Amino acid sequence: MKYLVLIYTNPDARRLWEQLPEAEQAQGLRAYAALNEELAASGEMIVSESLADPSLARQVTVRGGQISATDGPFAETKEQLAGFYLVECGSLERATEIAARIPEAEAGVIEVRPVRTFSGLEM
Amino acid sequence: MSGGAAVEGLLRELAPQVLTRLVRRYGDFDSSEDAVQEALLAAAQQWPDEGVPENPRGWLVTVASRRLIEMVRSDAARRRREAGTAQREPPPGEQQPSADDSLTLLLLCCHPSLTPASQVALTLRAVGGLTTAEIARAYLVPEATIGQRISRAKQRITASGARFRLPSAEDRPRRIAGVLQVLYLVFNEGYTASSGAELVRTDLVAEAVRLARQLHAAVPEDGEAAGLLALMLLTDARRAARTRDDGALVPLAEQDRGRWDRNAIDEGLALVERTLASGPVGPYQLQAAIAAVHAEAPRAEDTDWPQILALYDLLRLTAPGPMVTLNRVVAVAMVHGAEEGLRLLREVEAEEALAGHHRVDAVRAHLLELVGDRTAAREAYLRAARRTLSVPEQRYLRSRAVALGE
Repeated sequence: MKYLVLIYTNPDARRLWEQLPEAEQAQGLRAYAALNEELAASGEMIVSESLADPSLARQVTVRGGQISATDGPFAETKEQLAGFYLVECGSLERATEIAARIPEAEAGVIEVRPVRTFSGLEM
Repeated sequence: MSGGAAVEGLLRELAPQVLTRLVRRYGDFDSSEDAVQEALLAAAQQWPDEGVPENPRGWLVTVASRRLIEMVRSDAARRRREAGTAQREPPPGEQQPSADDSLTLLLLCCHPSLTPASQVALTLRAVGGLTTAEIARAYLVPEATIGQRISRAKQRITASGARFRLPSAEDRPRRIAGVLQVLYLVFNEGYTASSGAELVRTDLVAEAVRLARQLHAAVPEDGEAAGLLALMLLTDARRAARTRDDGALVPLAEQDRGRWDRNAIDEGLALVERTLASGPVGPYQLQAAIAAVHAEAPRAEDTDWPQILALYDLLRLTAPGPMVTLNRVVAVAMVHGAEEGLRLLREVEAEEALAGHHRVDAVRAHLLELVGDRTAAREAYLRAARRTLSVPEQRYLRSRAVALGE
């Protein structure tokens, strides 16, 4: 089963993070490194990325065939996507365990979404 | 022999034999596996054009050995191990591969220290002779992911201190059960795949059946190994009938049984008969027996449902699980009526493993349709469609809901 683990953060949590002493920031980064290493070793990691600041976002829409692109910064919504893991693991319980290991879980919200499959059982 | 497909089949056959020779000679499973993979890739490039050498296995062993020695020499970090390798005397003469060797290799690749995904990837490459790229395509993940999964799995096996030899007699049944689980996963991944990636993924079914055959040959006395092979054959026999041309799923009851593969069914039935007659009966044998009852019915309405219900009763004792519980509800409904099925469904849906499972609503919808409550059936089909992760299942469930809405 593939799960997309979405890391949401908010402006308050970001400010808090930026104000943390260097040693504590380093500890957070080490927690990420340890998680990444563990997921690589178990073979569960497919891909993980950390996203650049939301102010660098570009929103794209197509309406009536017209492409329009708007650059940020946008009015800060409460929760912003900060990064993600795409993992392959045995159960939703295991995916939840992985989500809880992400340092942002303590300040923001981690969302676990099952990925659709193109496999189907006979009914 | 000529042509890519023939070469590919030969290479898959030879891959585990060449690997066991290298591991026996040099002892280093991790590097040997890499070296064999490179030799297979070289052969896949050269043989279709230049022809298959007279002794293909010898050719692969030579090329892989040369590659392994190069790898050991060029890798400074492995200098100390090189000394160990050089001291080992190669065994005299050309050894014939034995069934024990292929079993040892399977058991090593399905080592209990690995996650199922890693066991699957390593088994398909080291025993199945598939390339990393082929495995990645079959599992719809990036090639780098599979490559890393395999190299980490080998490191983990090395770190666990596992050796290339058969586990002790007391440990063996548990380890064989682990292999069965891996082969079952490979089979299911291939079998349940729908149109999109069909071409590559059907290969997984063939590969799972081939490996299950190999395992059954290595441990003919193991009833569950025979049961798993039978289950695969009897299930895959329905492949041509289980999807429409546009990839939509066809439920068992509506399949054109004339399109079932009679040869696969006959082989599966013979296996089931033989294995049920001897020794204790495990979950794969029971599932195979259920598939056999379906296979024996010329028309859906001829199905011996009391027999299927009795088998699910046994399965619930030996290997309980949400799918077994739900399939048993369907069997109860077919034997004692849809009302009774609905009553039982209300009873079991409180079980933790079934809470929120989309199949509960799918079964309920089916039973409600049978008792003639079209409105409630339609709603249940739509609820099940929303909750399933499977696109083909969603399509099927929606189509049932639409049919009821007319």
